[in-house]
Amino acid sequence: MATDIKLFESKSENSWCPGCGNFGIVNALKKAFSELDLLPHNILIASGIGQAAKTPHYVNANGFNGLHGRGIPPAVGAKIANKDLRVIVTSGDGDSYGEGGNHLIHNIRRNIDITHLVHNNQIYGLTKGQGSPTTGKGHKTSMQFEGVYADEFNPIAFAISLGCSFVARSFSADKDHLSEMIKAGMEHNGYALIDILQPCVTFNKINTYKWYKDRVYYIEDDYNPYDKVEAFKKSQEWENKIPIGVIYKEDKPTFIDRIPQIKDNPPLINKKLDPKNAIKFMEEFK
Amino acid sequence: MKYNILVGGAAGQGMSTISTLLQKVLKRKGFYVFANKDYMSRVRGGHNFVQIRFGTTPITSHHPTLDAIIALDQSTIDNHINRLNNNGIIICDTDLNSEDKRVIQIPMRKLSREIKNPRVFGSIGIGALLKIFGISIDNIEPVLRKRFDKNTSQANLEAFKKGHELVESHFNINSNNEDNHIIINGNQAIALGAIAGGVTFYSAYPMTPSTSVMTYLSKKQQEAGILVEQAEDEIAAINMALGASYAGIRSMTGTSGGGFSLMVEGIGLGAVAEIPLVIVNVQRPGPATGLPTRTAQCDLDFVISASQDDFPKMVIAVRNPEDAFYQTVRALNLAEKYQIQVIILSDQYLADYNQTIKPYNFDEISIDRYLSSKDDIGEGFYKRYKFTENGISPRIIPSTIESKTVLGDSHEHNEIGFVDESIENRIAMMNKRMKRISLLKSEIQEPEYIGVENPEILLLGWGSTHGSLLEAVELLANESIKIGALIFGDIWPLPTGQLEYYGTNSKTIVNVEHNFTGQLANLIAQETGFKCDKSILRYDGRQLSGTDIYNKVKKEVL
Ligand SMILES: Cc1ncc(C[n+]2csc(CCOP(=O)(O)OP(=O)(O)O)c2C)c(N)n1
Ligand SMILES: [Mg+2]
Repeated sequence: MATDIKLFESKSENSWCPGCGNFGIVNALKKAFSELDLLPHNILIASGIGQAAKTPHYVNANGFNGLHGRGIPPAVGAKIANKDLRVIVTSGDGDSYGEGGNHLIHNIRRNIDITHLVHNNQIYGLTKGQGSPTTGKGHKTSMQFEGVYADEFNPIAFAISLGCSFVARSFSADKDHLSEMIKAGMEHNGYALIDILQPCVTFNKINTYKWYKDRVYYIEDDYNPYDKVEAFKKSQEWENKIPIGVIYKEDKPTFIDRIPQIKDNPPLINKKLDPKNAIKFMEEFK
Repeated sequence: MKYNILVGGAAGQGMSTISTLLQKVLKRKGFYVFANKDYMSRVRGGHNFVQIRFGTTPITSHHPTLDAIIALDQSTIDNHINRLNNNGIIICDTDLNSEDKRVIQIPMRKLSREIKNPRVFGSIGIGALLKIFGISIDNIEPVLRKRFDKNTSQANLEAFKKGHELVESHFNINSNNEDNHIIINGNQAIALGAIAGGVTFYSAYPMTPSTSVMTYLSKKQQEAGILVEQAEDEIAAINMALGASYAGIRSMTGTSGGGFSLMVEGIGLGAVAEIPLVIVNVQRPGPATGLPTRTAQCDLDFVISASQDDFPKMVIAVRNPEDAFYQTVRALNLAEKYQIQVIILSDQYLADYNQTIKPYNFDEISIDRYLSSKDDIGEGFYKRYKFTENGISPRIIPSTIESKTVLGDSHEHNEIGFVDESIENRIAMMNKRMKRISLLKSEIQEPEYIGVENPEILLLGWGSTHGSLLEAVELLANESIKIGALIFGDIWPLPTGQLEYYGTNSKTIVNVEHNFTGQLANLIAQETGFKCDKSILRYDGRQLSGTDIYNKVKKEVL
């Protein structure tokens, strides 16, 4: 069963550069939605600000295009309000790992059931090419003229160390792999982080389509993503070979599962409100 | 008739248990009670105290002089003995010393060991204190049974009796009133108002003096079927609340000035995305960390102008625990009616003072959500930001209407929510959002006026000075001084009707505020051209009492 992929087509004008890696991500996302038999009004796509973060405009579904770095918290609030919503966060590497890093840490800890796609182009695209947390050390940018001094952020190792319950990497030019990863992330109960290698054709002349294609390989079939030590080893591969696929998994209760007043009731949006419900609390002040 | 008691000690000495129990007993005995807290930002040691005022008529402010002190440490005696009336009494244990004849030492700790429960030593002090005021200890068992199990209640009761037997009566006060009040502080009132007003999600990050709003809600969350989440920071707190509100549940967040600073960008997001939200700012003195456990009205300028560009928002300064409850419910309704941010301003004094008030009337309140249905929005693409006559676009809950999707957006956007930078769209959208300001103006409540009909002196205040102004005006009017006070609750947009009326006819206008520059006076000047002639300003982190204002008016205004 699948829903018509055309349902997810948006009427918005698009402002990505021709050839941008983001197109592959949007196409894979629509494919995943369709194959998961979803309807637009049951999905929420939340984002921060950046080129990647424009995704909610380019897919027909509920959308929340919030503030730079703050894609995750509204998504979490929405999931709390309506646990039946299928919630996706789509945002850039700067947005997710830089400005909004704190939210990433703590929502991995909450293990809230959302799927977070990081369009990792290793650069600040929208603001025209400054270094991001994942820009290679020494890479010269439109701001770091002598090259980036700081060490690169390794999102995979970071997420594994926090016990993120689903950690995967994919490549925007590999639509089938990416849509499979998105589907797996959405089917997973808990926080799913998918770091997506996404060439920026305008501002990142180093990590190009070719650069990624020369390095990516599919993780072996017999790989066990539940082995934290092996996963950590995989997370260290980068310079010559970049593994794509599900790198780490952990089964544990989601945020909603941990909270009886949400877990055991209909979604909070259906809660009947009545001021008189508070009378009993006032009595305690007597 | 009113009396003033102070209970003082170091943090961790059990002062708060003693003072709470004493307040409950006095309330049970039919007295009006008003108790405010003075504490330092530390977990152990320091000097903290609670001032408990009680009497046979309503009480709205603390008082500078004292009739009795329960001293748990030497510094309580040393710091406050000069405030003790000549016929006053100090009760302390035998290990504390003073030459002063007003000191009565009672062996609280020793006697509590005899009862075999050292934790009841404070109740021995309370028993003694009640006797000093000539108050019997009959019928207080229910107060104990509410807090303690049977054995502990019994031990406390015995302690009360022991204390009662040890001393002679000095005063004689009696109440014929039944105890039909609640006793509640400002933060509890806001929290209770939140539950009554349908708040289903509260996200916040702890920051004194706002924390107890969250603590209360957190304690009740399971029973109330709501969720209270401690966010990773205030930025997350407001953004989570916005997401939850967008998705369809009533949400609220709360903080103090520092945390509010972090929320500022979120306020703009709420404005442009037209997401209803109530934000509580319980003020403390700044800048930055400032005086964490003290009081101020220093954020008025800041919250009114918080976040870039122009957009409609509303600021309500709550005035007392009664007002705080009703205004919280109202704020929640207005936020959804106009799809705006409503900011509730409170402060440490109001947050922490306990007052006996009549129970809230739940018939007076309702939850009005102003949501649109399938029929309201018609066919085709749902336009979250549809242009309408009054600037309010039909709002639906995502996922509840088949094939309709809701796009919330922080950019300038078109009616659907798509980014749109065209000149026509920008102007139309800006106008649409701003239209709601005139609607808000029609909702605004005028300040409360108290005083004589044609005042010569007009005091202006806002928020928590309400109680002190009430008392000051009464004291001054008793001396035939032609005085009145306007006390603002709704403060942005600024209501100007009463101000024009009383301001034009009075000779001297005096603003009374807890900040350095007179932020209300400046706002009034900006909005109306009225200039205050004098100011009574306090910015040392402590609240002006009714008597303080009375004295200042007599010295500096008359
Ligand atoms: C608070 C705030 N700071 C800075 C910006 C400017 N800004 C917008 S997007 C961005 C970086 C975008 O980089 P990334 O998240 O990697 O997204 P990309 O454009 O590469 O997809 C910056 C610095 C902003 N909008 N808001
Ligand atoms: Mg980027």
